[in-house]
Amino acid sequence: MTTVDDLAGHFGPYGGRFVPEALIGALEELDAARIKAQTDPTFIAELAELHRTYSGRPSIITEAKRFAEHAGGARIILKREDLNHTGSHKINNVLGQALLTKRMGKKRIIAETGAGQHGVASATAAALMGLECVVYMGEEDTKRQSLNVARMKLLGAEVVPVMSGSRTLKDAINEAMRDWVTNVETTHYLLGTVAGPHPFPSMVRDFHKIIGEESREQVLALTGRLPDAVLACVGGGSNAIGIFHRFISDKDVRLIGLEAAGDGVETGRHAATITGGSPGVLHGNRTYVLQDENGQTIESHSISAGLDYPGVGPEHAYLHDIGRAEYRAVTDAEAMHAFALLCKTEGIIPAIETAHALAGALQVGNELGKDAIILINLSGRGDKDVQTAAQYFGIPL
Amino acid sequence: MTTPLDDLFVKTRAENRAALIAYIPAGFPSIEGCKKVIQAFVDGGVDAIEIGFPYSDPVMDGPTIQAAADQSLAQGTGAKEVFQALKVATDAGVAAVVMTYWNPIEKYGVEKFAQSIADNGGSGVITPDLTIEESASWKEAVEKIGINPIYVVAPSTTDARLPKVTSRCSGFVYAASLMGVTGTRTSVSSGAPDLVARIRTTTDLPIAVGLGVSTREQAKGVAGYADGVIVGSAFINALLDAPNEEAGLLAVKTLASELAQGVREGR
Repeated sequence: MTTVDDLAGHFGPYGGRFVPEALIGALEELDAARIKAQTDPTFIAELAELHRTYSGRPSIITEAKRFAEHAGGARIILKREDLNHTGSHKINNVLGQALLTKRMGKKRIIAETGAGQHGVASATAAALMGLECVVYMGEEDTKRQSLNVARMKLLGAEVVPVMSGSRTLKDAINEAMRDWVTNVETTHYLLGTVAGPHPFPSMVRDFHKIIGEESREQVLALTGRLPDAVLACVGGGSNAIGIFHRFISDKDVRLIGLEAAGDGVETGRHAATITGGSPGVLHGNRTYVLQDENGQTIESHSISAGLDYPGVGPEHAYLHDIGRAEYRAVTDAEAMHAFALLCKTEGIIPAIETAHALAGALQVGNELGKDAIILINLSGRGDKDVQTAAQYFGIPL
Repeated sequence: MTTPLDDLFVKTRAENRAALIAYIPAGFPSIEGCKKVIQAFVDGGVDAIEIGFPYSDPVMDGPTIQAAADQSLAQGTGAKEVFQALKVATDAGVAAVVMTYWNPIEKYGVEKFAQSIADNGGSGVITPDLTIEESASWKEAVEKIGINPIYVVAPSTTDARLPKVTSRCSGFVYAASLMGVTGTRTSVSSGAPDLVARIRTTTDLPIAVGLGVSTREQAKGVAGYADGVIVGSAFINALLDAPNEEAGLLAVKTLASELAQGVREGR
């Protein structure tokens, strides 16, 4: 079983294209460019070379033996996307899209960012390839991720604080869409997750699926068999789809996405879109959305800026509905507990986003027991989160 | 069967002029204030009214309409208030449509939404983010209920795609004058006449031009080549800039009557 999208980008009833007519031309141009690139040996070689010599692929796997003692004794294997250049999986997608931007003859990229990981990765790719880069970031997020704002500026990008709506990731996407509608002839919108209008969900997945391809081989080589479960955190869902995709046809491998429950799904202050939302349309695609009875988007809440999004990629919505993947919600407190535990047991400071997947592993490990093998996408490193974590744990700065 | 909107364009074509279409979000500047704005539109000589369904994530709208939508949503505007405003307009004897992003329709129920438009005397719905590829359920509903589906086309819409979109429209075709979001501009895009000419080769439907029209002179210019002139942000600015509601309503009426003159001077 696979979940290949149809030509119009549908995953079952999800996905598709709900955008102003002004963007249709650009989306079709992009779709044509990415389909052509998929089979173009020059493009494939260029991207592979960048992976090898710039981002540092293949990323390694690390077995987390001391952490595993807290997870029912299951074997815990970390796919180290945090070791990529720029510190997260986001570089996989931006290098691919930046190459496509050049192929389409465009000189300017725009991007949205929540935690700043995608913004930093976009600014990095723009610097590398000589593109102008503007990053839209909710004003609220520029405050809680000020270090990443500085990084983007050092890399030569312009960072525009977005003052509309809830001033977070959702509003940054709105503002990037408005820029794109206006400047579409010269500009590529380098969308950072597996959401948005077709072809973004499929294209961004394809640039990240290398995570699952590599780690499947690596786990086989290390353990001699496939993992029992593959875990990843889910905001928009790019790192999760990246590690899940190669395993979809491995029916016995459980795929488990961990959403951000914030203060708890029952409190209403959360970002667990599949767990606590309903089908609707947001940012160009049909998917699960946090919305009220009038179809207005409800603001999400999470300690993790990168998961603080009221939508989710349409392929996840579909994988959920057909029962191929499971989605659970992890509270801020559970995530921060797992964050601290990985720091102290393995000497790895994870991103707070990633800590949600680690918290999930503590649950799943205890459920599956001693002989289980759990593969976790360690999607990002936590340097950017030191301030938030220090505040959370009462460490004076 | 024709809608009041269809009848309007028969009339304005007979009078050899363009129609003036005015936009206001439901619940702006307040639930009651919106009803007064609609009356000011009618008093000023507006031919048709677009009631906006305020939405949390309006990607086609610039800062002016975003601010109006936020103000409206903060007062609890929902589907009920949208249909109430629609009824105020149609009771006042003008053709009226709703402009809404897709998700509120899907959440309300697609066929039920079309039915509520008709029940309140509305002629149709403008759907700025509904692509024809995703419009199967909407097409079925509007055909069954007998209201006008109005899609937006843009300067970037290719010649190959244009007839596919315009053939899905009835009432009129909404021509976005430029690549960009709603808001007033110092001049109407020079691309607009070209777009209207390209649309004409695909359909006999009336064509209304929106985005960036705010003055009598601009309305006059657009009326020279289009069947309808759509004005939104300029009215909202008039309300936002006024010292009080009374002054705002007077400013709306004054602007409407100036624009109404403009659409009669174009040819």
